[in-house]
Amino acid sequence: MTSAAVGAALMTSVSVPTLAMADDLTLCWAAWDPANALVELSKEFEAQSGHTMNFEFIPWPNFADRMLNELNSGGKLCDLLIGDSQWIGGGAENGHYVKLNDFFDAEGISMDDFAPATVYAYSTWPKGTPNYYALPAMGDANGWFYRADWFADADIQAAYKEATGEDLREPQSQREMLQIAQFFQGREIDGKTVYGASIFTERGSEGITMGVTSALYPWGFKYENTPGSYDMEGAVNSAEAVEALEFYKEFYETATPPGYTNSYMGESLDAFKSGQVAMAMNWFAFFPGLYADPDTGGDKIDFFVNPPQNQAGSTLGGQGISVVAYSDKQDAALEYIKWFANPEVQAKWWELGGYSAHNAVLNDPGFKDSAPFAGDFLEAMNDVQDFWQEPTYAELLLAMQKRIHDYVVADQGTAQEALDKLIEDWTEVFEDEGKL
Amino acid sequence: MTDTIANRAAKATPQRVARKIKGLSDRAIAWIFVAPTIFLLLAINIFPLIWTIQLSFTNYRANRLNREPEFIGLRNYERILTDSDIWLNMQATAHFLFWTIALQVLIGFTLAWLINKKFKGNDLWTTIIVLPMMLSPAVVGNFWKFLYQPQIGLFNYIVAFFTGKDPSSFEMLGSVQLAPWSIVIVDTWMWTPFVMLICLAGLRSIPDYIYEAAEVDRASKLRQFFTITIPMVLPFLMLAVLFRGIENFKMFDLVVQLTGGGPGSTTELTSINLKREAFEKWRTGYASAYAIILFVTVFGLASIYVKALNKVKER
Repeated sequence: MTSAAVGAALMTSVSVPTLAMADDLTLCWAAWDPANALVELSKEFEAQSGHTMNFEFIPWPNFADRMLNELNSGGKLCDLLIGDSQWIGGGAENGHYVKLNDFFDAEGISMDDFAPATVYAYSTWPKGTPNYYALPAMGDANGWFYRADWFADADIQAAYKEATGEDLREPQSQREMLQIAQFFQGREIDGKTVYGASIFTERGSEGITMGVTSALYPWGFKYENTPGSYDMEGAVNSAEAVEALEFYKEFYETATPPGYTNSYMGESLDAFKSGQVAMAMNWFAFFPGLYADPDTGGDKIDFFVNPPQNQAGSTLGGQGISVVAYSDKQDAALEYIKWFANPEVQAKWWELGGYSAHNAVLNDPGFKDSAPFAGDFLEAMNDVQDFWQEPTYAELLLAMQKRIHDYVVADQGTAQEALDKLIEDWTEVFEDEGKL
Repeated sequence: MTDTIANRAAKATPQRVARKIKGLSDRAIAWIFVAPTIFLLLAINIFPLIWTIQLSFTNYRANRLNREPEFIGLRNYERILTDSDIWLNMQATAHFLFWTIALQVLIGFTLAWLINKKFKGNDLWTTIIVLPMMLSPAVVGNFWKFLYQPQIGLFNYIVAFFTGKDPSSFEMLGSVQLAPWSIVIVDTWMWTPFVMLICLAGLRSIPDYIYEAAEVDRASKLRQFFTITIPMVLPFLMLAVLFRGIENFKMFDLVVQLTGGGPGSTTELTSINLKREAFEKWRTGYASAYAIILFVTVFGLASIYVKALNKVKER
């Protein structure tokens, strides 16, 4: 968004009626850079509404455990929750989230004003139906960043040309990305041994699944042959899926730093910021902070969307904001949602480092140039795919974590066996649910 | 009335409490005092156990409060006992138990035997050796995680110094072969002092005159060790094995901090697996059956062991 547009937007007052009785609202989310931006943004809401905003930010490794425990026990800690997209199914079916349709209709909030991929992923249950349990709050996808200064170095470029016969550039495919990572692996730069790339391999929560799907989707991975039919045979373990999984294992074994057997967001950032790797995968949410980093940010860094292989594809991150059904302050919480949905607030949200999913922000002619990663973000959001969003997503996710980690990191069995076993696990879950 | 000694004594003796509280016998008063404890015991231990047994025959999920659990008979038990992955977890647990206990008993007894010798500063050494067991397992896990780092970890550098290997050429936590041993090393480092303290108590309980009598009979030091020291310390050692066995069967925090159950599922002990089933997958009925199987296993093994321990004590 252009600065003029942002300025104009900020000057426009946001009309939220001030209630006679002020409430203390608690918003729960993960502890990361965008959460700090939201604290800053919410000061405006406090000033306008008279309500006080409190924040409960949980570190990512414990976020799902902590919050799902809270919801499952009917806890009143959170009035508002920015929960993962996969939680929507459980949130709706188990009655944790307030259904927002009537509220949206009454307040004139239209889901058509938000990017369709984010509405589908963050808000709807059953998927794709006009039943809304969240407002898209934070668009996100898995992307890549690299050492632009290394890529621009004449000696390194020459060495790469000599080694591969190609020019060193932002990778245009998954295979090219691996080739570049392998080139940097074990290379000495500025007297220090560096490595190819930091990828996700974490076992405990969702790490390796989010990493592997960044390879699976570009190869054409599908969860089902026919959406909604749960027929996974031939889709989950297709030849393309096997090839993609083998690719990820090769990437892990030949192009990552030693000891990165259990790495996720934090480890990826650490590896890059400490100058260990040429490239790294991570969520777009971290990119503003990376760009601002005094050591490895600015001119030293550049960004690219997850490269295609057989097709374009990125792993969806991001979250919607929901009103918790157990909250005693639902009216005030809905007030916050109404305020947050306002285009002017959304513009400021993007300006502060949050990823707005509002069309007024994304479709602004100046958006692509508003940050070095803004164009890549838009491109990524066009081709995102998400994990199962079933109420049993945790079971489905943990099964995938186990099968993939067993194969990629622990080197047990083959890719075909891992995916075949995954289908068995998932079939059992869906049978228990009565869906098969 | 003559104030006899007997009368004075009778007056001085307080009346029985039961007589002071109208209608309440000694037995009733005893029940009044004991009842809260019994109630708490039932509420905290027995009721959850019975409830867990009941849940283990259902498909109950604690995150689906709006869905009625269905009775599914022995299906959970059948699934668990035929699941090859769970048997792999059991194997990992057995491997961990065997090696930690073997090493802790061996090193703990040796340390106790050395510390028991009278030398200057042995109190200081005892304190230093005991320090690791005073730390939190979470802290110890993080601490050793850094030590095991292939690129900066001190442990790798020490091994490299003695073997001539490149420190970053092996990953203690990332290798399928080494990861189980990395946990055994840390647990041994942390809990050997506990075994040592128990053995030390055993060694110090042996009266000196027994050794003096053996000296008079010209028994060699080796013979004294095997015929006096070992048999008299054995009940203490067995007690240490019991404590460490039960504790390590439940081992969770240290492993979660160090490997998180990985790489793959190599170090996924039953306790970690059970937690995943119960509080991450929310398969409450299934996890209840799992917990019952583990409970019966530990209870059965511990009962057999305690019988053996009592026989050793009787000798």
